[in-house]
Amino acid sequence: MADRAVPVIEKRLMEVKLGEIGTWVGGRDFTPNGMFSSVRKGYERYLNKYIYVKKGGIGGLSMVLAGYVLLSYVWSFDHIKHDRMRKYH
Amino acid sequence: MLSRVIAVSASGLKSTAPLGAGLVQASRSLHTSSPSLAPVPPLPEGGKVRHGIVPEEFFQLLYPKTGATGPYMLGTGLSVWLLSKELYVINHETVAALTVGTVFVLAVKKFGPSFASTMDKMEEEKTAWIEDVKDQAMACYADAIEEEKKEQWRVEGRSMLFDAKRNNVSMLLETNYRERLNHANHEVKRRLDYQLALQHLKVRMEKEHMVNWVEKNVVGSITAQQEQESIAKCISDLNVLAKNIQAKATA
Repeated sequence: MADRAVPVIEKRLMEVKLGEIGTWVGGRDFTPNGMFSSVRKGYERYLNKYIYVKKGGIGGLSMVLAGYVLLSYVWSFDHIKHDRMRKYH
Repeated sequence: MLSRVIAVSASGLKSTAPLGAGLVQASRSLHTSSPSLAPVPPLPEGGKVRHGIVPEEFFQLLYPKTGATGPYMLGTGLSVWLLSKELYVINHETVAALTVGTVFVLAVKKFGPSFASTMDKMEEEKTAWIEDVKDQAMACYADAIEEEKKEQWRVEGRSMLFDAKRNNVSMLLETNYRERLNHANHEVKRRLDYQLALQHLKVRMEKEHMVNWVEKNVVGSITAQQEQESIAKCISDLNVLAKNIQAKATA
């Protein structure tokens, strides 16, 4: 789909080609306000897509829980490392 | 705002209408219906999620390259790698996780549909209640419009009403005028009649008085002697008359 040329910074992450990622990251708004607003926007996008819908399933909630489980495992990996059954893998 | 940014960065743009690109961007970040005036659009269909945790977009992402089983193979390979490298450690917490996961999945499978239908019914009731309020308000306004139209129609008849009232008033005035005219007439006639009667009376009294006076004078002027003479003359006349008649009777 040939769009008219849009500046790299404005594209969404999924549309940024691999070579343009540097430019993209360099152009994003890293002020506290900008970071906060991007978090806020992501949050609202998630809500609007999975929760404020006509027939929402368990996915909206369970994806958040799965993300929480994953994140907590990653953060506590250094501690869990000691429960390994073999030393060398 | 986006269209202005695009218009500023005109270098490299080959087209003269940058609005298309801005539109493509904008159409994804705005609602598709007008934001303020239209009736509230219904809730969208949700984003699909497979197996409760993986969004459908992931499967669509991998479909062109690896077909339908691609993500599952990816999942299998990934989990095998995690287990073999013991990046995912199997310990007591694994057992706990499996237990909790099983309970969660069973609960969702068992109570999910009934819970969903209850929630839907509640939502339905709320929506129906609000719609009812809206419908009542609209019916009220429609009635008010009808009433207003009827009032406007009534206003048109106002001129007829005023004509009738004006007629009434003029008739009252006329009646009053005629009544007063009549009254004035009557009073004038009464006074004139009085004057007339007064004059008649005066003439009559003068006449009577004069007659009485003449009579009294005449009677008073007849002396006794004149009376004797006139009586004797009457008797002699009567004798003559009697003789004449006797003569006529026998003749």
